[in-house]
Amino acid sequence: MELYDLTVYQLSDLIKSKKLGVAELTKAIIDRIKKIDGNIGSYITVLEEDAIKQSEKIQEKINKGTAKSPLAGIPMALADNICTKGIKTSCASKMLENFTPPYSATVYDKLLSEDTVLMGKLNTGEFSMGDTTGNSYYKPYKNPWNTYRVAGDSNGGGAAAVAAGLAGFALASDMDGSIRRPASFCGVLALKPTYGLVSRYGLIASAPSLEQIGSVTKDVTDCALVLNAIQGYDKRDSTSVNKGYTDYTRALVNDIKGMSIGIPKEYITGEVDPEVKKAVLNSVKILTSLGAECEEFSLPVAEYAASVYYIISSAEASSNLARYDGIKYGYRAKEYKDLLDLYKKSRSEGFGKEVKKRIVLGTFVLSSEYYDKYYKKALKMRTLIIEAFIKAFDKYDVIIAPTVPTTAYKSERKTKEPFNKDYMYTVPANIAGLPGMSIPCGVDKDGLPIGLHLVAKPFGESTLLKLAYTFEQNTNFHKNRARI
Amino acid sequence: MKFTKGTIEHIAELARLEFTEEEKEELALYMEKIISHLDKLDELDTSYVKATEHIIPLNNVFREDEVENSFDRDEMLKNAPEKGSGCFKVPKILE
Repeated sequence: MELYDLTVYQLSDLIKSKKLGVAELTKAIIDRIKKIDGNIGSYITVLEEDAIKQSEKIQEKINKGTAKSPLAGIPMALADNICTKGIKTSCASKMLENFTPPYSATVYDKLLSEDTVLMGKLNTGEFSMGDTTGNSYYKPYKNPWNTYRVAGDSNGGGAAAVAAGLAGFALASDMDGSIRRPASFCGVLALKPTYGLVSRYGLIASAPSLEQIGSVTKDVTDCALVLNAIQGYDKRDSTSVNKGYTDYTRALVNDIKGMSIGIPKEYITGEVDPEVKKAVLNSVKILTSLGAECEEFSLPVAEYAASVYYIISSAEASSNLARYDGIKYGYRAKEYKDLLDLYKKSRSEGFGKEVKKRIVLGTFVLSSEYYDKYYKKALKMRTLIIEAFIKAFDKYDVIIAPTVPTTAYKSERKTKEPFNKDYMYTVPANIAGLPGMSIPCGVDKDGLPIGLHLVAKPFGESTLLKLAYTFEQNTNFHKNRARI
Repeated sequence: MKFTKGTIEHIAELARLEFTEEEKEELALYMEKIISHLDKLDELDTSYVKATEHIIPLNNVFREDEVENSFDRDEMLKNAPEKGSGCFKVPKILE
């Protein structure tokens, strides 16, 4: 096994026992980035010198015995919509091409205090929008399993980087499955935590009521270690929830006897790829053999989730992105007649096509004539979706389904059809603020990974981790690595 | 629902965006397509349902009015596309 194939806890053991130097590891990952990321495109910014300097400092702390975190010395990367003080944060947009935040996101501060090494900033869709990977202003990013396939959408740089061994783990934001869908396509694990569990301070949001910062890791133990580091109340985020500290590694227990699992019929009938369906039903069999009680049930509101998502996310994006006016920060047009023209030209030149489409849609659903018909209606549907999940969780501990009804598709598949129904699998977790996780559960005939999606009730992360850990202990899917 | 050039221009004005004629046509088509999917929501009667504004209960959070760490003016101006005399620079707005 190569260094870049190892998990966070395996690397941590090597570092702690002085078999591996932090600088040596950092340099190995930098070399790998140089060697293969030209082909994958997972990074927008690589911090070679900073990372090596940081790794040397951390090594000193480890030698002195003052770096105690299991994440100490681990190379990690952050999506380019997470603010990093003094380091360019562009949201993969021309609008913020020259933006260097004067402050850091809380999650970055937390990871620094855990002595991790920031390798760079990851590629995303522009303002984490779009359902193809060609939506970054800078370059598309590709799937390490097969570079002719997409790595997934909107915030997939993290999944591509972790799958290719270009970072030990990654943080990125999830507003619609933005990290879970790429994790499914790239054969890694992504967790979108419960809304409010992880601070959003310093996340450049597009749809704040849907978005959470989550982790992308190689396996479930790594996921628990990272969640331990980034969780917690933050007074700088008004939507942060104070639940106290939970040690999520305590959920890493190989036992799901008696756990009740529901499989919504709506997610396994219809347009699901037969191989995906087979892998998911095979996972259900495995879970049943391990003592879980699995049954199908009906969740009719799922059919409406994608529509609700398009309305809410576009409405919030149109309002959130109003701040980009060419005055305080961001792109300013070179030529303009007056103030109004400055706004229009700066925004029209600074935003990419997909972002402008979403702003137009959002502005429309919020306009006074259509507010009730679309936006208000979506908020009411949001209530129905939340209620349907609360009801389901009276009976089930975890709801499982495919993360995406297909495996990674070919890069040239252009989105002629602007409405992507596949979001119905992942967006209910965003709409209802629930924790959602994607874990590898198989490969298709082309050798492309398939993801299993797990959802629990609010703050049920431990339940998800327990199920995923038990699944991992009894299968080998998480050990597959992209060969690149 | 039909989107005319006029509707797109109206929305663009509200959003402080401008588009070429070609882009307007493309946007009209995009809107028609996507709205046809969103209209699926009409199937459900939600007249009795309360809208969810926030998924977690939000309460006012109060704190003492104490000075905390803040940013330097120059630091906040660093990312401004145009600045001068410690201010953001904008085109003249008063005659």
